[in-house]
Amino acid sequence: MNALYARPRSVASLLMAAPLTWLVVVYLGSLALLLVSAFWTYSAATDTIDTSPSLVNFGEIIASSTFRTIALRTIGMAALVTLTTAIIAFPIAYYMARVASHRVRGLLVVAILLPLWASYVVKVYAWRIILSEQGILNWSLEPLGVSGPGYGDVALWLVFTYLWLPYMILPIYAGLERIPTGLLEASSDLGARGRQTFRRIILPLAFPAVVAGSIFTFSLTLGDYIAPSLITSTQFLGNVIFSQLGAAGDLPLAAALGTIPVVLMIIYLLAARRLGAFEAL
Amino acid sequence: MMARWGLRIATGLVLAFIYIPILVTIIYAFNPNRVATWPPDGISLQWFAAAAENRGLREAFSSSILAALGATAVALVLGTLASFAVARFRFFGRETVSFIVLLPIALPGIVTGIALNASFSTLDLSFGMLTIIVGHATFCIVLVYNNALARLRRSARSLEEASMDLGADALQTFRRITFPQLRTALVAGGLLAFALSFDEIIVTTFTAGGVKTLPIWIFQNYRLANQAPIVNVAAVIAIALSVIPVYIAQRLSGVEAATTR
Repeated sequence: MNALYARPRSVASLLMAAPLTWLVVVYLGSLALLLVSAFWTYSAATDTIDTSPSLVNFGEIIASSTFRTIALRTIGMAALVTLTTAIIAFPIAYYMARVASHRVRGLLVVAILLPLWASYVVKVYAWRIILSEQGILNWSLEPLGVSGPGYGDVALWLVFTYLWLPYMILPIYAGLERIPTGLLEASSDLGARGRQTFRRIILPLAFPAVVAGSIFTFSLTLGDYIAPSLITSTQFLGNVIFSQLGAAGDLPLAAALGTIPVVLMIIYLLAARRLGAFEAL
Repeated sequence: MMARWGLRIATGLVLAFIYIPILVTIIYAFNPNRVATWPPDGISLQWFAAAAENRGLREAFSSSILAALGATAVALVLGTLASFAVARFRFFGRETVSFIVLLPIALPGIVTGIALNASFSTLDLSFGMLTIIVGHATFCIVLVYNNALARLRRSARSLEEASMDLGADALQTFRRITFPQLRTALVAGGLLAFALSFDEIIVTTFTAGGVKTLPIWIFQNYRLANQAPIVNVAAVIAIALSVIPVYIAQRLSGVEAATTR
């Protein structure tokens, strides 16, 4: 054993063997298979899959205006939700990191953290109840003479913003907390006003943290099909992937559609890494 | 001063936004009326009794517990091994490990779901509890890994070196020095893995076959009008069983524990 310890490389490979086998074989292997099967073709008439490589599925996706619309709608929603969560998250994150006392800060972190872990499907379901015809939203808006958005894409935007908000708050909070107070003092010593310090010092330094948060908000919106199916009647990428695989049994087309979020996320992650978001995770 | 109050108000509003939907769900679980109108008609525990009688719900509950325990066990072993290798050794591809471990939760769940579905089908595995556990463990590893890695990076390596210098072998050193430092981080990571697995629905849908976990049961029953009150009770159980472990994890290892989900 000690002799082994003297050869760190072999110990490291022993330690890494099981986790790497699991992640590479089970996970990356499955991803690779998914990628390959995107080039297969499914025949509904015979219910068989032809494994000779072809670009039929990608051709179908590009040619279909329905798929194009759905892909754009999903990306648009993901971008909108990311922007909304960033705007809502920044003030509370700033309060937590730079204004609140040490004790309040700790309480707030727990307060943000716990609901993040509360069952996802329950939270979507809760919004279904809130947004319903006789729900609490319409009830509380009634005296004002307005009604809630009901079910639909606007409601879905609200629900996604709700669901992913903590994922944005926590990295921004961590990023803001890391800014050395000395930098802010230096900025004001050099004559910058509060607003200037905010724009020139705080925002640029907090930006990688916002990008880190956006990885989650963007990715989670891209692949979700539960929230859309509960809250709106329009289709999102997740819905079509789900129905292609589930109802239609067309794995190749589902796989080809699945490459859209994968490619988008890989580009996103690479860009995020360049922007320093990984250190902010 | 003005800005400070603005920030306080914004913080309050965000907290209200975060908590109101959860409170609404909890309130409805105690609502005697079958229909979820607002405001509720009173307070009653009748649906908790009805939920305890409901066979489908009971089975879903135990499936979720089993899946979460299995996934947590696998994630604990694999996550600890990987974190120890990355924290204490240099090897080719070390920088990539964190990336690969993170990938299963960074990519959309539906992609992980259909990918696992495709490979399990290809291997002719029968879908059920085992495939659920494999799927969940894959994205739970990162929780144990991150917690353990953070702890290992903070704890001094010199203690381990001192132990070895004093004649302890590698295994003794791990058991007597490294593991005690790591223990609470592992409990925290394990609790987080449990909570994440207990809640997961998207990957589960593609790997469960006929097995219904609690989230799947809720998703399938929310439309059925006569089940609505029991779904509310199931929702409260689901919230409790994910929030309580996370709270404990947070107490055990501080803020950084639960921030990387």
